[in-house]
Amino acid sequence: MCLGDRRIYTHPILEFRRGREITIFFEGEPIRAFEGESLAAAIYAAGVDVFRLSPVLRRPRAVFCMVGKCGSCIVRVDGVPTRSCVTLAEDGMRVERIEGLPEVSRYERRLVGEEVVTDVLIVGGGPAGMAAAEVLCNTGLGVVLVDDQVRLGGQLIKQTHIFFGSKELFAGRRGFEIAEEYASKLSRCSNLRVLSGTTVVGVFKEGVLAVSNDVKYLIRPKYVVIAAGAYENHLVFENNDLPGVMGAGGAQTLMNVWGVRPGNEVLVVGSGNVGLIISYQLLQAGAEVKAVVEALPRIGGWFVHAAKIRRYGVPILTSHTILGVNGTQRVEEAVIARVDENWNVVGGTERSVRVDTVLLAVGLTPNVDLVRQFGAATRYVPELGGLVPLKTPYMETSVENVFVAGDLAAVEEATTAFIEGWIAGYSILIKAFGERGEYVSRREYLLRMLHEYRSAPVSERVRRGWQLSILS
Amino acid sequence: MVDLETLAVMGYVPSEERLRRGPVAIYECVEEIPCNVCVFSCPFNAVSKSKMTDLPRVDFSKCTGCGVCVGRCPGLAVFVVDVSKEGNVGYVTLPHELLPVPSRGDEVLLLDREGRGVGRGVVTRVYRDKVTRSWVVTVSVPKDLVMVVRAIRVIK
Repeated sequence: MCLGDRRIYTHPILEFRRGREITIFFEGEPIRAFEGESLAAAIYAAGVDVFRLSPVLRRPRAVFCMVGKCGSCIVRVDGVPTRSCVTLAEDGMRVERIEGLPEVSRYERRLVGEEVVTDVLIVGGGPAGMAAAEVLCNTGLGVVLVDDQVRLGGQLIKQTHIFFGSKELFAGRRGFEIAEEYASKLSRCSNLRVLSGTTVVGVFKEGVLAVSNDVKYLIRPKYVVIAAGAYENHLVFENNDLPGVMGAGGAQTLMNVWGVRPGNEVLVVGSGNVGLIISYQLLQAGAEVKAVVEALPRIGGWFVHAAKIRRYGVPILTSHTILGVNGTQRVEEAVIARVDENWNVVGGTERSVRVDTVLLAVGLTPNVDLVRQFGAATRYVPELGGLVPLKTPYMETSVENVFVAGDLAAVEEATTAFIEGWIAGYSILIKAFGERGEYVSRREYLLRMLHEYRSAPVSERVRRGWQLSILS
Repeated sequence: MVDLETLAVMGYVPSEERLRRGPVAIYECVEEIPCNVCVFSCPFNAVSKSKMTDLPRVDFSKCTGCGVCVGRCPGLAVFVVDVSKEGNVGYVTLPHELLPVPSRGDEVLLLDREGRGVGRGVVTRVYRDKVTRSWVVTVSVPKDLVMVVRAIRVIK
């Protein structure tokens, strides 16, 4: 089974601090892993390509999102179907492939019930949720932050590029460092309780239900901030479920959080900032980027991100799309072709590119389910990523005391997610304690900051979308 | 990618006289994006913006070519060029975030903005920025290539 070792041991920017070496078993074969490592990352690092076989056609499937959303990495761990990406490896774990649908666990988990009455519930521990918590920190309001990941920080923990913006918006710093700093800062808030590894299931008559591995929480808040983020879009092409096709964000998690190289020869689909940044990070991790394909006739992301990969010779093929991938256990080649201005494939331009990995950087879709369960109005705004909640400029939805912030409100950037989270936090303080001058002036300042950040030509689409999503 | 003419139109290319006087920063920041790291990083107040989303304006009379902004710019879009020494050798200081990290004295492949090899140079200085932990590398290049070389590949 030891097909190789996909771990990254030297990196120009990151240091991977791995725990004690342990042994897990995949299909009976021993695999080296490290304590504190994602189980999916450990399995993938050992060279395993196929994690499960699909429910109907028994097609091979493997990691795609790496954040517990897609279900592609579900394996049986000691008999229990488990999302391996959000489970930490433990010594002696016995892991098996699942063929078809996973079964309901044969082991009844005994969940302890706990009722939580709080002033504020924050759903999501990414930049927006952490920012709201920061504003509410040590204010006298009780705050519960529920996050489904093992570490706080949302997608910041895999962002290794240097932030743009201004000094108060963390410019000049790297995303993962900001996440670490915030996690430590929030640990000093005496009024904040963080429930990590806990998923909000839904809104019920009795309250908001959230579950962890051991506890079933029934949370009754006065105010809610939903900062549940967004999930990665997939793309339709032949064999798009073949292992080796991954979300760009999923690959970033593998590579930058867990120190595992997603592949050696990579095709990136989409030239927005995510596609350009992941390409650069792949070079940093020692992979080769064969090309970035972009269906539009122009590069989607910022000039500086494109320039960073062009100077190392990575081709950015505009007016090109992916038609399909081929391979038996994983991607062995991708077929790309030119498209005309009507998005039709230009006959005769099809060509094969030898790659073992295809990363999709074709946008994100906001996680609006919970917002809708609260009964808040949504609207389809493609400029913001799809269905988004309507909200006041102060981030309150159509349902009183339910606020939103971050990619869930509009797929944008970590920087704007922070500002929106701060605004939502001040809005709650104003509701709870009245229109105190310091709160009001601080919130107005943040609104101006958001406006200024978005005033660049590169934010034109977001500006347009934002207007369409504001409650009048 | 950007060409010299565009950079010149945007005011990013110093005069011949200034270039001869000593090292100077070349900003290849040609798109208005919300960022002002260069403004608050410059120890000499040589870079300004009236608002965060403007293009940076570089005052070449204040710029000493110290290179602090090379290691700080999130877009890795700043370079320092030096054509002030006698002879045919010039110097380019550039950000470097790939392995291997070169050492002083190493011969490296010089790459242009499109990643094409345009010659070989020798590393004369390497340091790591304290804030971003990016490497900042100075290489010797043929003098006529100081506005061409924008990356290196370490041959090891």
